[in-house]
Order: sequence, then structure tokens, then C-alpha cells
Amino acid sequence: MMKIAIASGKGGTGKTFVATNIFYTLLKNNYRAMLIDCDAEAPNSIAFFETKLVKEIEVTQLVPVINTDNCTYCGKCHEYCNYNAIFILPPMKIIQVIEDLCHGCGACRVACNFEAISEKPVSLGKVNLYSNNGKLSLIEAKMNIGVMSPVPVIKAAVKHIDNQAEIVILDSPPGTSCPFIQTAGTSDYVILVTEPTPFGLSDLKQSVATLRTLNKLYGVIVNRAGVGNRDVYDYLKQENIPLLFEIPFKKEIAELYSVGKIASEHDSSLSKQLFATVENIILKYGSSNSKR
Amino acid sequence: MEVAIVSGKGGTGKSSISAAFATLNGKVVLADCDVDAANLYLLFNPSHEEEKAFITGEKAFIDYSLCTNCGLCIDYCRFNAISFKEEMVSISEIACDGCRLCSRICPENAIGMIRNDKSKIYAGTFRNGKMVYGRLAPGEENSGKLVNVVREKAKQVAKENGLETIILDGPPGTGCPVISTLTGVDKVVIVTEPTISGLHDLERIVELVKKFNIQIFVIINKYDLNLSVTREIEKWCLVKKIPVAGCLPYDENIIKAMVNRKSIIELNPELEISLKLNMIWNRIKNQEK
Repeated sequence: MMKIAIASGKGGTGKTFVATNIFYTLLKNNYRAMLIDCDAEAPNSIAFFETKLVKEIEVTQLVPVINTDNCTYCGKCHEYCNYNAIFILPPMKIIQVIEDLCHGCGACRVACNFEAISEKPVSLGKVNLYSNNGKLSLIEAKMNIGVMSPVPVIKAAVKHIDNQAEIVILDSPPGTSCPFIQTAGTSDYVILVTEPTPFGLSDLKQSVATLRTLNKLYGVIVNRAGVGNRDVYDYLKQENIPLLFEIPFKKEIAELYSVGKIASEHDSSLSKQLFATVENIILKYGSSNSKR
Repeated sequence: MEVAIVSGKGGTGKSSISAAFATLNGKVVLADCDVDAANLYLLFNPSHEEEKAFITGEKAFIDYSLCTNCGLCIDYCRFNAISFKEEMVSISEIACDGCRLCSRICPENAIGMIRNDKSKIYAGTFRNGKMVYGRLAPGEENSGKLVNVVREKAKQVAKENGLETIILDGPPGTGCPVISTLTGVDKVVIVTEPTISGLHDLERIVELVKKFNIQIFVIINKYDLNLSVTREIEKWCLVKKIPVAGCLPYDENIIKAMVNRKSIIELNPELEISLKLNMIWNRIKNQEK
């Protein structure tokens, strides 16, 4: 199995566009492919395909519950908590868990010598499993509104990848911090999508720096080629970063996307070229069982 | 007055719109809260009057001269960050959440913590006021906390310089940095675009903003890319009783302005899109709750 993450520092460069189109061309070329939407704060990939919801899995996290009958207000749990999620005023006998700040690490429970802390699960979101043509093909990580971090939901989604899959496409959340690292960290190769503008370049540099610290293989797809300037290309050349493919800026492509259609289904040259791009990556870096 | 510009979906034009608002009239404090992908400094090239390191969190590391490979830390770690690798206890830097529990329970005191301190916050002057922005170092976490620091600094700078308006260019999504951007602001502007994804993400961010009781405005950017979805968004906003402050046309001058390191207003204040932005900003500024 080979896992390929589609990512970008900047939002709206076309990650979901590239991920859904690559997934489509892989299916069309008879690969056993899966698409995992890891953009748990704004998941949008599933709507592009005809799918059937197979299963909904609740993702939870444990948070502490304090039994004030046993609590001596010693403050050890507060001291153990590295996230400031326990508020305590010993003289007033006030202790409170700030659930939004809790990461569920369990340190407070270990800290407590008086059996005053138990734990309860709280919902963080859902992992939705979808089938396409009878096979489990799409997984969506969807964080509840108001939850702080999408990372636990992303982790849970990745766990449901079917072992039989040859190629797994992960649609990454934007940015370069925790959610992106979680997604890129589990992949074998990262395709960075950028656009040839100053904002695109600045965010691309940030993504590249992060992938270098993670020691990941990566290449770049330039979307909306033709707008902006040449600085992105100069940077790629100078840093020796492979330019995998350029998607020209076409209003028709934007229109198809806007109504939830897969452009590759209507544009055979785009479909062919995208497939060739991915197949190249698979042949070069894939493990033996992902190659043909 | 603190105004936050956000969007559920990335790339809807938050930064270009924030830049326009920041150059429309009187001096402002502009704070870039998209710390994962801070971009406004590219347009405004602010001076660096202040620079401060920001601690994003900690990571556990093992002192192998003390470690006896007992594996107790593996049992305690809830992030599956510790495992045996080639018969040695090993901590995955990616999976480590920095909770410190392993370090506390290790019977040999063989686990220490390293602070991530490479992220920075900057404050300075730009051509239409003061600017504050944070930059998260590659691979570092906890952008919500950094957003809080950026906002505190922005408020301080506003007070010191007698500036009334603070414009916050927010991050995309609905998670922790967005929540940090929204907490306690006076007005929020949600930028969306007429795509199925845009509408879907608008619904999610509105659900989040409603938890805060903040005055909401929606801008539909590139509305002419798909008029029927634009109408659908307008209808949805009407039902939800959220004012659409205005629709902006698709205009390649937005990218031209960016390449020239200018806001669209600075590029040409007479363009249709510039005039509309001016109208929208006045509406947002002056409309009482």
C-alpha cells in the first residue's frame, strides 16, 4: 500500500480538487484506491462521488471528572496538567475541569492520590465510512463544531483504511501545524499544491520546511498556472524540488468544481495527465504491492 | 473595535479582503492571526520594532544513559507516541503531545522535555498603521495560543498608539486557532465563495460563530463564478438572518495587486471591486448590532 497526502500551506489552492481528481483517475484505471478526507474542520471530498454511507463511528476523548467528596484540594492534578485544563482555588474549595483545554492524557488521574478523579468520554467528531461500487472507498473525518483540535478525529479516520487498498489518497487540512503534520506524517509521499502567487510561494516555503523536518518525500503541483508570476518556478528550480504537474487556470474547471463535479470526468487530457503524474510517483516510490 | 475576517474554507480571499480594509481609510492595527500561513507581511513589509519568541509546547525525549528499557512509559502514553524500536524505547516526535506524563512517571528519571521555542511574534509599523503577526516555526504546534498572544499584542499596540480599529486576518477552518481568533471580537466577517464546498463550510463556520454571540456579516467573493450557487448562499443567509454585506466579482487585479505587493485599493481605488469593498467596509464599521 502506498499513501499519498495532498497538502498545501495556503487554503484554497486546490487540494480537494487534486485529491478528488487523482482518486477518480485511479479508480478509472482499476486501482484499488481509497480517498481519506482528513480536512476534519471543513471536509468536502465526499460530495464529489456517488457514495453510500456504510458506517458512522463516534470519536471520543476521555476528560476527567472530579469527585469533590474525595478531593483534598492538594493541587497535584493541576500541577500535573500540562494544558492548564484544571482550575483550582484551594482556600475556596473550588476545582473545575476546563474540558475544552483537556487533551485526555490522563496525567491528572495518575497524579491524584485520593481516588478523586475518574474519566468520562466526550464526543469530538465522527469518522464516516462510505462505499463506492460496493467497496469501502471513502473515509471522512468530521470534527464537531466547537472542538479545538481535529487531530484525534484524523487519527481515528486513518485507522479505518482497508488493508486491501493499493493506493490511499489523503486530502490534508491546510496549514503546517498539528493537523497537517498528523496527515503528512502517516504518508509515504506528499504532493504539495500551490499557486503561482506571492501568497502561494510564501506558504509553499513553510510547507517545504515542515516536510524537510519530517523527512518526507514530496513534489509540487502548481494549480492555476498562468496567473501571478514566475517566482514559484524559480524557487522550485533553485531548491531542486520536483514540479510534478501544472494545472492551467481555466474558468470551465472552476465552474465544474463549483457545482461538485469531477473535472477529469469531462476533461480527458487533464485526467490522463494527472494519472500519469501519480503513476510516476507510484512507480518511483511505491512499495512492491502498490506497483503494477 | 475588533473585526475578525474568517472563513470555513481556505483560499476564499480573507487576506486580500483584510488588506483592502486595512488600507481604505484611517490608520488601523492589522493583526495576522493565520499563524500557519501568515501572508500579509508580504504586502505591507512592516518594520520589525519588536520580536519575541513564543513557546508552542514541549516534546519528550529519552536520556538513553539512564533508560533501562522497562517500558512503563509505553503503558502510560495515551497518544501511542512511545514504542519499542529495535529493542529500545523510542518516542515519536510527531505523535508526542507534550503532556509530560511519561517524564513524571519514569522511575529512572530518564525522560526530559524540550521546549519548542522557534515560533515568533513580530510587531511593527506599516504604511497605514501598526501591524502584529505571528509565525509558527515549521512543524510546531498549538497555533491557538500563538493567536492569543498576537491578539493581546495588537490590543496593546492599539492602546499605545490611540488606534481604534483592529483588523484580524483569521485562519481557515473551525478549530482552535479560529476559536482563539473569534473569542471576544466585536464583529466577524465570514468570506465565502459560490461553490458547494464554500456553502458547506459557511454553514459550519456560522454554527461556530453563533456560539459566541458576535455580530456576523457575510461576503460572497467571486460571486460571478457561479450565480446560481451565489443565490443559494444568499437565500441560506436570509433564512438564518445573517446579513450579506456584499458580493465581490472575480477580478484578476486581486492577483496583480498581490504580485505588486499592494492591496487592491492601493492598486486602483476606482475599480468596481475596490468601490464595493469600500461600501462593504463602511457598512460593517457603522452598522450597530
